[in-house]
Amino acid sequence: MSDLIDDPIPGANAPEFTVSEISGAVKRTIESAFDRIRVRGEVGRVFRARSGHLYYDIKDDNNVLSCTTWKGQAARLSVLPEEGMEVIVTGKLTAFGAQSKYNMNVEEVVVAGEGALMAMLEKRKKALAAEGLFDEARKRPIPYLPEIIGVVTSPSGAVIRDILHRLRDRFPRKVLIWPVAVQGQNCAPEVANAIRGFNALTPGGALPRPDLIIVARGGGSIEDLWGFNEEIVARAVAASEIPLISAVGHETDTTLIDFVSDKRAPTPTAAAELAVPVRLELLSWVDQQGGRLTHALTQGVTRRAQRLRDLSRALPRPEQLLDPARQRLDFVSHRLAPALIGVTQKRRVHLSTLSGSLRPAALRRNVAEARQRQDRLKTRLTPEVITRDVSRKRTDLNRLSDRLMRAGTVNNDRLRARLETLNRMRNSLGYEETLKRGYAVVWDGDAVVTTAARAAEASDLQIQFADGKMSVGDGGAPVPPAPAAPKPAPKPKPKAKPKPKPDTPEQGSLF
Amino acid sequence: MSDKQVSEMSFEEAMAELERVVNQLERGDVPLEDSIKLYERGAALNKRCEEKLKEAEEKVAAITLDGNGNPTGTTPVDGM
Repeated sequence: MSDLIDDPIPGANAPEFTVSEISGAVKRTIESAFDRIRVRGEVGRVFRARSGHLYYDIKDDNNVLSCTTWKGQAARLSVLPEEGMEVIVTGKLTAFGAQSKYNMNVEEVVVAGEGALMAMLEKRKKALAAEGLFDEARKRPIPYLPEIIGVVTSPSGAVIRDILHRLRDRFPRKVLIWPVAVQGQNCAPEVANAIRGFNALTPGGALPRPDLIIVARGGGSIEDLWGFNEEIVARAVAASEIPLISAVGHETDTTLIDFVSDKRAPTPTAAAELAVPVRLELLSWVDQQGGRLTHALTQGVTRRAQRLRDLSRALPRPEQLLDPARQRLDFVSHRLAPALIGVTQKRRVHLSTLSGSLRPAALRRNVAEARQRQDRLKTRLTPEVITRDVSRKRTDLNRLSDRLMRAGTVNNDRLRARLETLNRMRNSLGYEETLKRGYAVVWDGDAVVTTAARAAEASDLQIQFADGKMSVGDGGAPVPPAPAAPKPAPKPKPKAKPKPKPDTPEQGSLF
Repeated sequence: MSDKQVSEMSFEEAMAELERVVNQLERGDVPLEDSIKLYERGAALNKRCEEKLKEAEEKVAAITLDGNGNPTGTTPVDGM
């Protein structure tokens, strides 16, 4: 049964390949199907191997295509791929069996669209500006009158003709033309090589070194002029020791070389005008200078001659110069002798005047005057002055001592009166006055007895009346009147009480 | 006055020096001796300038290159 029914197993009938066979088949299929294609995309990572081969990626949003450009092909590329550049690459697809990969072999790279070109140019410009290649300080002055002018341009065409015509009009010079391609893939390397080549020549050699380089090209599309935007050209210009004028395209076209060159000319003709001055103008200028030179010298000599004549005319005769001096000498020498005599006489008069006044009388008069003055002073020198002063001072002293005494007396009287007043007050207030009115003070020795209890204990009881003290005998006799006696007693007691204290010193009156 | 020999001067230098000499001489404040020396120098400068201007020879040549872009010689260019 099972033999009758053919259960097809998918693929079971297919031939087997070896890996190499399938790799080769794929490679053939890819290469025949994509023999010559153009691919547009953005350049990704770029790697230049030491061998000179160029490996890079072309990518869009989702996919990546590996690209290879062999060393020989790379030299012919008009644009070297740079990362981020939008390009259209032309070439064929191929497979690399050893890694199971396919890639594209690129023969030509073109920048996609003008916008992308300009963006790339801006990027380069920025990078070179950052390096300082465009700095004004780097720019050298163009020689006023170069001997030899090197022109880097196409040997055929209007540009070199325009330059030579204008040079001939202004100032015929020696011109060395370095022929280069001015567009296409060879343009940039050839132009850079020409600039370096001119710099490499030795001055005055078999091939004389120019002292000015003009790099020129006529107008064209931006793609046509693109070679002059290449970095190698810009760097060759920057490295040039010979001053360089760039004149690429029309006035409105500005290429990278214009930023690096020492001078930018809007057109090739303008470059020739910048390169040399106008010979005829210079000839006339030199003539004019020669004329001025001769004129100035002649003028100078003539002016000096005239001045010499004027001065010599004004020069007086020598004898006239001497006359006044001689006259003065005569005059002065005539006065010499009288002057001496005159001086002698004058001195003598002076001497006699002085000696006349020198007499003893004068001395005596002086002495007398001095004596008079002394006398006058002497009379003024008397003791009266001092005596008067002493008596005045004594009067003052007396007056003062009087005042002192008076002041003392007054004060004494006042104090005494006050003392008496106080004494009277004391007497009137004293307890002894009270005694006169019939009161009595009971004493126990020196102490005042104010209670009956104390009186009973007392050892030496005494009663004081106004006229003296009386002893009271011990015991019995005074006892019966004791209740009576204390009666009067308590009365004086409270009054007596404050009094004994101030009267303590009167104890003496007991004796 | 620059010490440089007139015969060694470039056209531009000779021109500037000549102008200076003429101006100085025209001011008239130069002593006679010096003014004659100045005049002689001015005349030499003038001659130098004229010589330089007479050297107005046109010679146009194109450089010939070998296969590597190195110069090998020149060929005269006519009729342009």
